[in-house]
Amino acid sequence: MAEDRPFVAGPFAHAGRSTPMIMAWVMIALTPATVFGLGLYGWPAIFLFATTLASAVLAEAACLKLAGKSMVTLQDGSAALSGWILALTLPPWAPWWIGAVGAALAIVVGKHVFGGLGQNLFNPAMVARVALLISFPLEMTRYVAPRPLLGGDAAGFKESMAITFGLGGHVDLDAVSSASLLGHAKTELARGVPLHEALSSGFDLSSLFFGTTTGSMGETSALLLIVGGVTLIALRVISWHIPLALILGIVVPGALFHAIDPDRYLSPLVHALAASTLFGAFFIATDLVTSPVTRAGQMIYGAGCGVLIFIIRTWGGYPEGMAFAVLLMNAGTPLIDRWVRPRIYGRDRKGRPLSVTPRESK
Amino acid sequence: MKLFRIRGGVHPPERKDATKDKTVVAVPVRGTLYLPLQQHIGAPARPVVQAGDHVLKGQVIAEAAGPVSAPIHASTSGTVEAVGFYPVPHPSGLKGMAIALVPDGLDEWTEAMPPLSLDAAPEAIAKRVGEAGIVGLGGATFPSAVKLNLRERHSLDTLVMNAAECEPFLTCDDRLMREYTDELLLGVALMARALGVARTVIAVEANKPEATAALAAAAAPYPDIAVATVPTRYPMGSEKHLVHTLTGRETPARALTADIGVVVHNIATAYAVYEAAILGRPLVSRILTVSGGAIAKPMNLKVALGTPIADLIAFCGGLTEEPQELLSGGPMMGQPLRSTAIPTVKGMNGVLALVPADTRRGPAHACLRCGTCVAACPCGLLPFEIAAHVRNGNFEAAVDAGLMDCIGCGSCAFACPSRIPLVQNFHHAKGHLAAQQRAQSRNEEARRLVQAKTARQEKLAAERKAAAEAKKAAAAKARAAAEKGAV
Repeated sequence: MAEDRPFVAGPFAHAGRSTPMIMAWVMIALTPATVFGLGLYGWPAIFLFATTLASAVLAEAACLKLAGKSMVTLQDGSAALSGWILALTLPPWAPWWIGAVGAALAIVVGKHVFGGLGQNLFNPAMVARVALLISFPLEMTRYVAPRPLLGGDAAGFKESMAITFGLGGHVDLDAVSSASLLGHAKTELARGVPLHEALSSGFDLSSLFFGTTTGSMGETSALLLIVGGVTLIALRVISWHIPLALILGIVVPGALFHAIDPDRYLSPLVHALAASTLFGAFFIATDLVTSPVTRAGQMIYGAGCGVLIFIIRTWGGYPEGMAFAVLLMNAGTPLIDRWVRPRIYGRDRKGRPLSVTPRESK
Repeated sequence: MKLFRIRGGVHPPERKDATKDKTVVAVPVRGTLYLPLQQHIGAPARPVVQAGDHVLKGQVIAEAAGPVSAPIHASTSGTVEAVGFYPVPHPSGLKGMAIALVPDGLDEWTEAMPPLSLDAAPEAIAKRVGEAGIVGLGGATFPSAVKLNLRERHSLDTLVMNAAECEPFLTCDDRLMREYTDELLLGVALMARALGVARTVIAVEANKPEATAALAAAAAPYPDIAVATVPTRYPMGSEKHLVHTLTGRETPARALTADIGVVVHNIATAYAVYEAAILGRPLVSRILTVSGGAIAKPMNLKVALGTPIADLIAFCGGLTEEPQELLSGGPMMGQPLRSTAIPTVKGMNGVLALVPADTRRGPAHACLRCGTCVAACPCGLLPFEIAAHVRNGNFEAAVDAGLMDCIGCGSCAFACPSRIPLVQNFHHAKGHLAAQQRAQSRNEEARRLVQAKTARQEKLAAERKAAAEAKKAAAAKARAAAEKGAV
């Protein structure tokens, strides 16, 4: 409705929330895990993060200009947030163009092709991540062990320029690459090594919990992701339904299969704390635009994501399945929203008016 | 009392502190009063006075024009200046028919109607309420007598007195309950008698403990009247939702609460019933709250109907700044007033002059499908989806999605972080559909008339033809006879 017309209908009061505020809160909640991740992987991570964010904002501006839309939507922070989330799912030492191409994919293909903010069917950051993973499998699966910014073996500024931007030399990343817990487990299982042997050295739950382990830029520290996620739930920016259902969706089948054969199936705790589970549960699957609108629908959606992640991790070709699972459930969102609706007051589930039931006399 | 939970709802900032401890003050009548003929739902009242007539306070100046209508009484003594077009409360801002009354300063009452006893016949109580021009004073303005006669067509067991006062800022019902407790209960008892119900529940939101305590104490002598504290959650005062909260009974779509045995009246109406039945006085004044960030001294006022809003604002110390919005009623469902020349009417329970800090209006953003409106809707609708249908001009889909089940409470738009004017959107659609329906019935009526005319003409033509043929036959016969005769 046009805003220049006088308001003839209420309410003339408002809860005070706004879209930019929601975006800002999500960014604030992401900050601890982000700062930790950037510190953990040093300058290359910082360069990649900045490149991805800037590319997302530039792509948004370009799309708005091309579509002749108002630049006002640039200020709501949604593009920056998409870039931010994408960056946190990337291997921290990936080259700059991975971030730039990914951000452009997220904003252009993931969002504006559908009509912009609120219109997209799929989570933009996950569209980009999957496209990158399929197109550039080498860059997207080359992880490095943590090299804290303030630690002794941190990548120097110059070396980092070479790692991220390819400027002033070449760094052989294969020499420093490492595997994430899930990647390692998958490789070892494929070789027929039982899990208790494969995970005997260098992998423990506390490093998963605190985040001092190999992984994507912002997905390592379970603790900080929980802090951010719980903050968002407490502020009612997101509801608890999707995160809880998603985690249960992984943990319940995880526990079942682990009980059957602990040497073939990872423990549910590893599933819950590993890599992207918590990041996805709190920050990706909860994307407002692409998840169902009713609480019941959100539970179904969350549980679906969780089960799919478990299936992909356990039997799929990739060690990690968050992006695929979220995209698959995104596709199911319109269906869920069609079938899981609140009952209209005074009507039955089929929309017929309730019948006037005879009352007992008092 | 066992309460039942309803879905949705919001918690708007209450803002009642500005006036909830302010005793009701009567505003003296000074300037000309303007009494609109349409202060109720139904047919506008029919004027029975002319310019120049002298009237006494309480005298009928316009009579009810049909079964669903209400008479208007002079709210002070004076001379009728004119019956004509004046500013009235209507969203369009257009003028409407009203009676202008110049006070003579004496405020002289006409003879009071004979008082009714507490065991008066139900019909007599309902008749008196109708004669006194009483309408739903919570803002709905449906003629109360019609609702008091519902026992004729429905089997009723419960009267719910709606004292939720769930709109922010408004405290006039709260004050009424605290200051006129005994009078209110007399009114409630009379209404219960008129309806023939076994049980009456006065429902007060939890944010008015003083009123609840006062009512509970005063209700002790009435075994059939209970006072219930309901949760403070907007829109608790929605008729169907209040009944559900108290009784667990859900009113079917398109039905009345009377269909499930419950009638709801506003608590302020009970005071008017008391005045009409016990004092014999018709409805000539009401209590309302004047508040909002732009009002210098927010107050609860007892106002003669017809007093221009400007006088009320002046009585409250005037405006401290230009209000962003001037409203009749509460901020959630109130109507914008387009001018301060608009008079006080029966259904006006508040005059609010709101500033940006009150309205918190902001730029609209794209819908994020966040579902906040879905969680807020007390009717189980998907407001964002209905709005999307309306925006695309697909009114049929909007109706299928439940547009007509929307009670317009505004919880969705209040909560929406993208600040999409959802209620405005729904009103637009409902208006469009109503216009469409009017056009359709007009077309049907036109078609019916055209068909009737064609049928009439055909019949006429047939008759003419038959007559002509008969004449021709007769002429031929005559000719034949003549020829025969000639031969």
